[in-house]
Amino acid sequence: MTNNSTEIEPQEEPIIRHFKWIAICKESDLVVNSGICALAPTQTPKQQQLAIFTQQISRQNSQTYVVSNWDPIGKANVISRGIIGSIDEQIVVSSPLYKQHFSLVNGHCIEDSLHRLEAYESRIENGVLLVKLPTE
Amino acid sequence: MNTSQQTVIKEVDVLVIGNGMVGHHFAEKLRELSEQRSIHVLSGESRLAYDRVHLSEFFSGKSAEDLALTTDANYQARNIGFDLNAWVVDINRDSKKVSTGSGAAYHYNKLVLATGSFPFVPPIPGNQSEHCLVYRTIDDLHAIKASAEVSKVGVVVGGGLLGLEAANALKEAGLTTHVVEFAPQLMAVQLDQDGGRVLRDKITSLGVTVHTEKATKVIEAGQECRYRMCFADGSFLETDMILFSAGIRPSDALAKEFDLAIGERGGIIIDNHCLTSDANIYAIGECALWQQRIFGLVAPGYTMARAAADHIVNAEQATTTFTGADMSTKLKLMGVEVGSIGDAHAKQSNVQSYTYENQPEGIYKKIVVEPQQKLLVGAVLVGDTSQYDTLLQYALNGIELPEFPESLILPSVGDVAPALGADALPDAAVICSCHNVTKSDIVASIENGNKGLSEVKSCTKASSGCGGCAALLKNVVDHELEKRGVEVKKDICEHFAHSRQELFHLAQVSKIDDYETLISRHGKGLGCEVCKPVAASIFASLYNKFILNSEHVGLQDTNDTYLGNMQKDGTYSIVPRVAGGEITPEKLILLGQVAKDYKLYTKITGGQRIDLFGARVEQLPDIWQLLIDGGFETGHAYAKSLRTVKSCVGNTWCRYGVQDSMGLAIDLENRYKGLRAPHKIKFAVSGCTRECAEAQSKDIGVIATDNGWNLYVCGNGGMKPRHGDLFAVDLDTKTLIKYTDRILSFYARTADRLQRTSMWMDNMEGGLTYLQDIIINDSLGINDALEAQMKTVIDTYQCEWKTALENPESRKRFRQFVNSQAPDDNVMFVQERNQLRPASDTEKAKLTKQPGSAPSVIDIVELA
Repeated sequence: MTNNSTEIEPQEEPIIRHFKWIAICKESDLVVNSGICALAPTQTPKQQQLAIFTQQISRQNSQTYVVSNWDPIGKANVISRGIIGSIDEQIVVSSPLYKQHFSLVNGHCIEDSLHRLEAYESRIENGVLLVKLPTE
Repeated sequence: MNTSQQTVIKEVDVLVIGNGMVGHHFAEKLRELSEQRSIHVLSGESRLAYDRVHLSEFFSGKSAEDLALTTDANYQARNIGFDLNAWVVDINRDSKKVSTGSGAAYHYNKLVLATGSFPFVPPIPGNQSEHCLVYRTIDDLHAIKASAEVSKVGVVVGGGLLGLEAANALKEAGLTTHVVEFAPQLMAVQLDQDGGRVLRDKITSLGVTVHTEKATKVIEAGQECRYRMCFADGSFLETDMILFSAGIRPSDALAKEFDLAIGERGGIIIDNHCLTSDANIYAIGECALWQQRIFGLVAPGYTMARAAADHIVNAEQATTTFTGADMSTKLKLMGVEVGSIGDAHAKQSNVQSYTYENQPEGIYKKIVVEPQQKLLVGAVLVGDTSQYDTLLQYALNGIELPEFPESLILPSVGDVAPALGADALPDAAVICSCHNVTKSDIVASIENGNKGLSEVKSCTKASSGCGGCAALLKNVVDHELEKRGVEVKKDICEHFAHSRQELFHLAQVSKIDDYETLISRHGKGLGCEVCKPVAASIFASLYNKFILNSEHVGLQDTNDTYLGNMQKDGTYSIVPRVAGGEITPEKLILLGQVAKDYKLYTKITGGQRIDLFGARVEQLPDIWQLLIDGGFETGHAYAKSLRTVKSCVGNTWCRYGVQDSMGLAIDLENRYKGLRAPHKIKFAVSGCTRECAEAQSKDIGVIATDNGWNLYVCGNGGMKPRHGDLFAVDLDTKTLIKYTDRILSFYARTADRLQRTSMWMDNMEGGLTYLQDIIINDSLGINDALEAQMKTVIDTYQCEWKTALENPESRKRFRQFVNSQAPDDNVMFVQERNQLRPASDTEKAKLTKQPGSAPSVIDIVELA
């Protein structure tokens, strides 16, 4: 991947929203078994903040999860600073403010079905984290 | 509606009118008994059933969703049909048809009226004014909330159970609150005169004004407030809003209109199966009249619901009937505990009573016994209902009273009061009256494999109604489990089947100092926000490595990760250590300068140091660099560890001081700083017996004597204050430090997660004597190990901020965005009292609308 091309052609998406894979940060920015925060590009003045977590699965492999950084219950941009873990088989992050759990896979809040985070697909290519984000 | 068009009539087997708590319970019970039958529910409100018992919690922050007993999806999943806002306007008993105001029509086989009741509003001129409201539904609560926002004073008419609940709601909403009662006392139904008096005193002391024997004649325009209530005795009271809670009346208008038998004073007459005068119509809950009585509590309503469901399914074979109900109640009104059992007024002939009153603490207890003094027939409890469960079991199950019945209510001095153990209860004893769960149901549930309280709860539903039986249920479950040799679990979370103490030993014995090893050997899953910080705390107590090392960083609470206390808006506070509260002018100036330069909100803490608020995460390293360069070090205010050693100036300055408390405080703070423990630890040292440093409210408190130091342990301020226990007297400084080393190491080893020393002591078998024996006499032979453990921590102390700043990897953590220099656009401040504070949501909306203040544009870093 070169310096200027931060976008990759969208994959086939059946309905409504259009997505693009967008380069967000370097793989080396990720912190294993913890979270970091990054900005996604937007057209609007309001920031779109991403919480990015990396869970080690084995000695060699880890899995990266991307959700929105806004805590809908605590009402602050803090999700990336939560502790990750599991409830039953589900991988979750616990809000650092009031400790509700959100699924890292689909963003749903375990304790309160009225609230959820946005969850985004991601992958690592050539040392760069790509996130599949909706376009305007 | 177009008359030429035939209304579609929906065929329903069982139609339920009303979806209050009882109507909802009925629908669920009927579905349990009969999977196939079609059930349809008509709710007059705009939402499905919710918990009316806990309605006042709406004002302490619970939402309508929190109070909901069910959801649309839940009803759909159980195949229970429903319509909301469905007011029934017509019942045709001959053709078994029901129509609603919106034109829907239903044909039923069986009809169940669960229409509940409505609040009685006394016929006082002016009672229809805009801010005259009632307290029954969530819609009422919204109206009350709206009215409270434009009111300063509120009056509740009615001093009964619901009236006091309503008064609590007004108080929570911030109004100056009055209760106006017609009778000479509060809660006249449940309490005797003396109980009413004690309750009144308690409620008055909480800031609610109580007016008894007041009959309102008219409500007119007020002078100071919106309204003036004029009373029959010529006096008056001004208020901005009035809440009527003067009793309930059964909602029987429908039944009356369509010629069902109604009682003289209202209520739909029912038999033991809850059948009305029409063989196809049942009535349950507060609209029903059984033997001339209305039952205004949820438990009897639930019993009616079960009786009706049983009769619909099993007809003459039905075994559940409604044969009256125990109207005993236990509740907490504005924090005041109140209980009433059976014949509280001692009305039956020849009964006798015992009373106990403790005026200073506002406690009143009375028991009523039958003439032979063998059986309990009633009780009144105000201010302390801890014996309610026991007394209720005596009354309901006819258990023979002990030789001296008064021992049941007298305070225990020395010996423990004779509580009725779970074993003494007969199998038929009803533990949960809301869901009619008996002791034998609980035993059966345990025998069917349920191994814990929550499993028994979800299996039997016990304690999921009013919750009043929670303590008794736990007692019975624990007892039954212990009888079966099941150890009562103290697992910290789903990932470790161990208590904190066990994990500590596992980590210590096998020298484990990383989470991966700990969970792979002794746990399962990925961990969580409970066990990870516990593990981090244990590793720190044992090995004291830098907490932001890559293998530990993911375990820390956010406060530890960012070495600061996260505030509600995601910013952090900064608290440098000021040992003993002693600070040079130069350091004070530096703190002031840093706070000024970074516009930090500044406050003096209770622990004699200074807290700087509002630092954004990316500002933390620069701020701390300045502080460290000026000679400060981290204050560990973010950690479960030693916070401060508070002190007075001692004999250096003070005329009364007898020892150098200041010097000792600084030495102690420097010795134990950085010690991570199950919870935060606070110390204080007072220079004389005047105790200006408040040492007896601290985990470790030291008070100077003429001969040395008195050591107090396990005191606490906070949520549940506890005075420290005097551990040893007249110690020299060396011994004092030796004992403190041992006590703190022992605490770090054996306490539960987030257990302060006060709870640790209260839960320690043997208590103070046991601890003294270990620490002073080395009864366990572990003192050398305890001292060595402390030595490791002291020898490995480091200022975590200094280490973090020197380490580029950990410094990288302090970035808001890994790909941009922009600050978080949600962090916004406004000025108040010459300092900044976080902006509220409305203030933020205004701030972002102003031109030019749009959040900074994103600058995604160039990718390599």
